[in-house]
Amino acid sequence: MAEQDWKTNKGVFAAVSLPTLFWIILFFLVPMAIVWLYSFGENKGLTEIDISGTLDNYKRATEWLYLTIFGKSFAVAALVTLICLIIGFPVAMAITFASEKWRPWLLLGIMLPFWTNLLIRTYALMMLLGTQGFANKGLGALWEGTSWIKTLVGLQPLPTWEPVQLLFNNFAVVFGLVYVHLPFMVLPLYAALDRLDRSLIEASLDLGAGHFRTIMRIVVPLAAPGIVAGVMITLIPALGAYLTPDLMGGTDSQMIANVIERQFKKANDWPFGAALSFLLIYAMFALIAIQSMRKKVPEVR
Amino acid sequence: MALFARTPVAPLEYSRTLWMRLWVGAVMIFLYAPLVVLVIFSFNDSKRNVVWRGFTTKYYEKAMGNDQLVEALLNSLTIAALATIVSLVLGAVAAVMLWRFRFPLKSAIDGTISLPIIVPEICLGVAFLMFFAAVNWPTDLIWPFNLGAITIAHITFCFPFVTMVVRSRLATFNREQEEAAKDLGASEWQVFRDVLIPHIKPALVAGALLSFTLSLDDFVITYFTSGPDTITFPVKVYSMVRFSVTPEVNAASTLLILLTVALTFVALKLQGVKAIAETH
Repeated sequence: MAEQDWKTNKGVFAAVSLPTLFWIILFFLVPMAIVWLYSFGENKGLTEIDISGTLDNYKRATEWLYLTIFGKSFAVAALVTLICLIIGFPVAMAITFASEKWRPWLLLGIMLPFWTNLLIRTYALMMLLGTQGFANKGLGALWEGTSWIKTLVGLQPLPTWEPVQLLFNNFAVVFGLVYVHLPFMVLPLYAALDRLDRSLIEASLDLGAGHFRTIMRIVVPLAAPGIVAGVMITLIPALGAYLTPDLMGGTDSQMIANVIERQFKKANDWPFGAALSFLLIYAMFALIAIQSMRKKVPEVR
Repeated sequence: MALFARTPVAPLEYSRTLWMRLWVGAVMIFLYAPLVVLVIFSFNDSKRNVVWRGFTTKYYEKAMGNDQLVEALLNSLTIAALATIVSLVLGAVAAVMLWRFRFPLKSAIDGTISLPIIVPEICLGVAFLMFFAAVNWPTDLIWPFNLGAITIAHITFCFPFVTMVVRSRLATFNREQEEAAKDLGASEWQVFRDVLIPHIKPALVAGALLSFTLSLDDFVITYFTSGPDTITFPVKVYSMVRFSVTPEVNAASTLLILLTVALTFVALKLQGVKAIAETH
C-alpha cells in the first residue's frame, strides 16, 4: 500500500505533523537562522550587535591563520578516520565471522565504550597519558604490556616508559579522537559486512584467490556502502570535535571548534564565531554532497 | 575462547585465526584499559592520584558529599528523563508522519529533521546560545524549570535519532493489519494505540535508551546553554578536570559508568545485542 495523501486524512496529518514542524522550526531552524544572520553582523559596543550585512567576518575567516586551522582540522579528522578504518576493519571482520556465541559479546565490547560518557572517557585517557602520572610499577607494567601488544600488531607503538610528553600535543589529540571515535567506525562496518553474501567469499577462495586478495577485491567493494558510512560517521564528528582538542591538545593543536568556542566565551566576537560556525556547516554539507555524488549509497545513519 | 584452535580453522572463520584474535584483543585493551585504570584509581588513597597508595572509599563519600556534584548529577538525570519523554513522542510522531503521508515539501522536511544529527555539536551549541539570548529566555526560574533551555536543546538533537529508529521499524509494518483493525471498527486512535504502538515498541525502547544516553553524555551543547545555576554532570566534571585531576572525579565517573553499564544491560534484556547494534 502506498503512502496516503495528506488531504485524505487532514485530521491525523495535522496531529502528527504540527508538533514536529513546530519543534523543528522554532527550536532548530530559527536558532540556525539567527546564527546565519549574525554572521553578517558587526559588534557595536559590548553587547550590541548590528546586523549590517557586512561580509567582513567571512573575509576575516579566510585569513591565513584561520585557513590553516581549517586545514589542520581537516587533516586531523582525515588521519583519525584513516586510523579508525585500519584498526576497525579487522575488528568488524572478526565480529562478523565470530561464532554465534561470541558475536554478541564482541559487539557489546565495542558498544559499551560508545555508551559511556565522552568526558569520562577523555578524562580516563588523560589520566593514562599524563606525564608524571602512573610512574608506579603496576601501571608502568600495564603500559609496557599495552605497548608491547600494540607494537606486535603493528600499531603505533606507545613510547617506552619514560616521562614522555604524551599529553597536550597533537599526538594526544589524534590518539584521543581515535579512542573516542573507533566504535563509530566499527558498528557501520559490521552492519555492512554482516549483510555480505558469504558464498561470494567462499567462491573467491575456492577459485584460488588468497585471503588478502579476497578481502581487497571482494569484501571491500561489496562492503563499500558500509565503509563510506563508517568514514562519514567518523569524519564528521571528528571534524567538529571540541572536547578532545580542548582537554588533550596543546596550544598548537586547536581545531576549528575550539576557535569557534573562543569567539563566544573569551573573545566575545559573536558575529565572527557565527561566520566560522556556518563555514563549518558548509564544509559538512560539501562532504555529504561529495559522498552522495560519488555513489548512490544509503543515507548516513 | 581457546587461543589456539583445537579443530582446523575453516576458511571463513577469520575470528579464529591467531593474528585476528590478537588484534581484537589489543583493540579491547585499548578501549577498556583507560576505563579500568580510572575505576581502580577511584579507590586510591592519594590526593594527587598518580601513585597507588592503598585502598579507600573515602572519595566516594567525598563525591557523594559534594553538593554541587550531586546537584549536577540530579540535573543531568532530570534533563535526560524529560528530554527522553518528549523526544519519544516527537520522534515517533515525526516517523509516523514521514512513513504514512505524502505531502508537499516532504523530502525537504525529511532532510531538515535529520539535520540536527549532521550539524556539528559546536554549531548547535552556538545556535542555542544565540537563540536563548535573542529571545531573552528567563534564567532565574526555580528548579526544574530553569533546566528548560538545556532540555529544549537536548530534545532537538535527540528526537531525530528516535525518528530514525522508529522509521526503520515502521518499514516492516504490514499495513493490512491497520486495514483489518479499521474494518473491524477501530478508530484512528485505537489503531494507533493497539496496533501501531505495539509494533514499534522495540524501536521506542531503543530510541528511549539512545535519547537518554545522548542527553546524559552531552557536554558541548549543554556548555553553551547552561548558566551558573544549571550545571550538569558533564559540565561539572569538565570544570573539575580543568582544575585538577582528583580521585573525586574518578569516583563520580565510576558511578556514572556503573549507571551506563546498568542501562546497557537493561537494553540487552529488552532488546538483544543485535537489535541495539542495528540502531547505530
